Amino acid sequence: MLILFLLLLGCALFTVLTPTLIMSALGLAATSVALSLIIFELKQPLAAVFELSVCAGLITAVFVSAISLTRRYSPAEERCVAAGRLSRFIWLPLLFLAAGGVYVYLGSEIGIPVARPLGDHMESMGVREVLWQARRLDLLGQLFLVLTGVFGVVVLFKGWHKR
Amino acid sequence: MYLLLIVPLLSVSALNLPFKKEIADRIALWWVMALCCLQVLFVFFPKACEVASWHSALISFFGSAPTLDSLARVMFLAIALVAAAALMTARYLLGVGERLFVFCCLTVLAMAGMNGVVLASDLFTLYVFLELTAAASFILIAFERERDGFEGAFKYLMLSALATGMLLTGIGIFALTGEGLSYSQAGITLAVNRESALVWSGVALIVAGLCIKGGLVPFHGWVPDAYSSAPGGAAVLLAGIVTKAAGVYTLIRLVSSVIKVPDIPEQELGVDAAVLTFGTVSLLAGALLALVQSDLRRMLAYSSISQVGYIALGLGAGSFLGLAGAVFHLFNHAVFKSLLFVNAAAVEKETGLRDMNQMGGLSHQMPVTGLTSIIAMLSTAGIPPLSGFWSKLMIVVALWQAGYEWVAAAAVLGSLITLAYFLSLQRRVFYGELLERFAGVREAGVWVVVPAVALAVLTLLLGAIFPWLFNTFLVPVAGFL
Amino acid sequence: MTVIGEITHPEGVFALCIVLLWVSALYCIMLSRNLIRILIGVELISKALTLLLAAGGYLTAQTGFSQALIVTLIVVEVVLIAVAAGIVVGAYHRTGSLDVCELEKLKG
Repeated sequence: MLILFLLLLGCALFTVLTPTLIMSALGLAATSVALSLIIFELKQPLAAVFELSVCAGLITAVFVSAISLTRRYSPAEERCVAAGRLSRFIWLPLLFLAAGGVYVYLGSEIGIPVARPLGDHMESMGVREVLWQARRLDLLGQLFLVLTGVFGVVVLFKGWHKR
Repeated sequence: MYLLLIVPLLSVSALNLPFKKEIADRIALWWVMALCCLQVLFVFFPKACEVASWHSALISFFGSAPTLDSLARVMFLAIALVAAAALMTARYLLGVGERLFVFCCLTVLAMAGMNGVVLASDLFTLYVFLELTAAASFILIAFERERDGFEGAFKYLMLSALATGMLLTGIGIFALTGEGLSYSQAGITLAVNRESALVWSGVALIVAGLCIKGGLVPFHGWVPDAYSSAPGGAAVLLAGIVTKAAGVYTLIRLVSSVIKVPDIPEQELGVDAAVLTFGTVSLLAGALLALVQSDLRRMLAYSSISQVGYIALGLGAGSFLGLAGAVFHLFNHAVFKSLLFVNAAAVEKETGLRDMNQMGGLSHQMPVTGLTSIIAMLSTAGIPPLSGFWSKLMIVVALWQAGYEWVAAAAVLGSLITLAYFLSLQRRVFYGELLERFAGVREAGVWVVVPAVALAVLTLLLGAIFPWLFNTFLVPVAGFL
Repeated sequence: MTVIGEITHPEGVFALCIVLLWVSALYCIMLSRNLIRILIGVELISKALTLLLAAGGYLTAQTGFSQALIVTLIVVEVVLIAVAAGIVVGAYHRTGSLDVCELEKLKG
């Protein structure tokens, strides 16, 4: 379990530090995979599958298509920028350690409450019941959002040929 | 009242069915205007819309009754009015056609989002509808596909995503430490865990996220760019109601329903003090920055930041009077700021300019626009007997009564600075010598004059009937606490 | 040592992980010059939020509730990223570059 957390943080670090965009998008996909494994271990299989298929799949596809629709520099310039990049971004692992240190210091103060006994996992309510019965207003909101997304894609992507 | 969500949904689907495009384009505008009228009717005759079978069926379908108190009704009214003004401005700027059709659909979606924000009685539902409103706004800002639009939309997007992240982190902390996420349950969680630093940091995150969405200083970075680069109709919608519904209304709702429900007098002072600080800084900074602007829309944007600071001050005063003043000022600001943006759109379209230093003497050619601008400006600055004066008076008195004399003095100072920059705006744009190049400028078309006059009349009316309004409408609003 | 005990306690690990994910996401957003990388940073924030909700569900034994929230969160994120990608691609077509400095033209 601890290994999964280290994997997650490692993939996140890779995503931020890597110089090329495509590798960054793939790093994001790897982070999603690691996260979905963690969620699965946390006894939430439906959410894990959703995260895997949507984030590691659909969102990565969106990013890769956005990257392929745009091209920022010529390869020579790209190498130049990539070299300069590392010197800016090398601070991140150090920042990590600093944040970890601050956290350890404050952690005793804040006292994260353990609300229920751990490991006591009868499902209080199945996901499907919760989603379809208790949270119908959210579902309506999601429906609206999907419509908005469709409009967004139509408005923003259509008409390039006309211009 | 769930009808206010269902009907927009059905409208958007119906409008997009594959009928002939020309018919759809032409009826879209009228249909959405009818939707706004329906919403206004609903505010004034709520019982009429609770047709028995539908009402109970919808409530059992959605599992809980929505929030519907006087504050919600004020918000619905404001949403409908501003949306109608935005649609008419868009009709003026875009003409009939496919772009107007898409604009109408997006406005309906944004309206549905804001209605949802008002109706939500659960923190997570609030988040979902806030995101819906934000998504519709991004698309509206980038609607013209011009460079400036993309820049404004991107800045708004970045800061909004950050704000949503903080908001949801706070909500996650509440989910972790409590029973559930509805407002009452969250209030109980806060009461039970009142010593826990974790829960208070969750509250701080939520408040900070909402301040970013509302455009309070120091989180106001996106406001001038977004307001000035959005196309005319979108700017009216954005400035008139989206920022307020998404940011300040949610602050009012959360502070009064979640944070203040339990009796924790010592600790709630922390929240009050934070809100007062942000409010005062926004007020003064917005006003001072507005003084030095030469772009018409940017000046209006900074003025919006300053007025939202007033609303926050009313909230921070912590008394019934302060809250009533804040709500009234929210409504007034929706009315007069939309009026100003409608006029700004008219001026831009007719003269082709946005730099105020190059304009002059327009009131000779555009008398209606000039007159309605004066009314809006006087109301913003708080000149009696217009509506702005009464709401500012309520806020200042509430602050004085609560013991924050310095803040009250700062509020009055802010009003004076507001008067100063608006006078300079009027002088530069509408009065003075008429330059030759503007000789051919006509008054703006009917589609802009009608909303401008209607909003100006509303401002005058609200000011005139204030004593009656105070007793019948506002005291119940504050009384919902 | 009680301090190390705090970290290896399960909730402590979750909180540390979430904080570190937030830190890396903020770092990515603030120090990137490429628009698409900024979007990747926004996605990392969503990862942190998903982890927070999942941990909340696990620790309070309400996995059904938290799964519903996570599913909703993911749907919302997809729509937002799609709209954001549309804006970024549109900005690229207008300005010809993905550099953030190109988008600083509106002053103030």
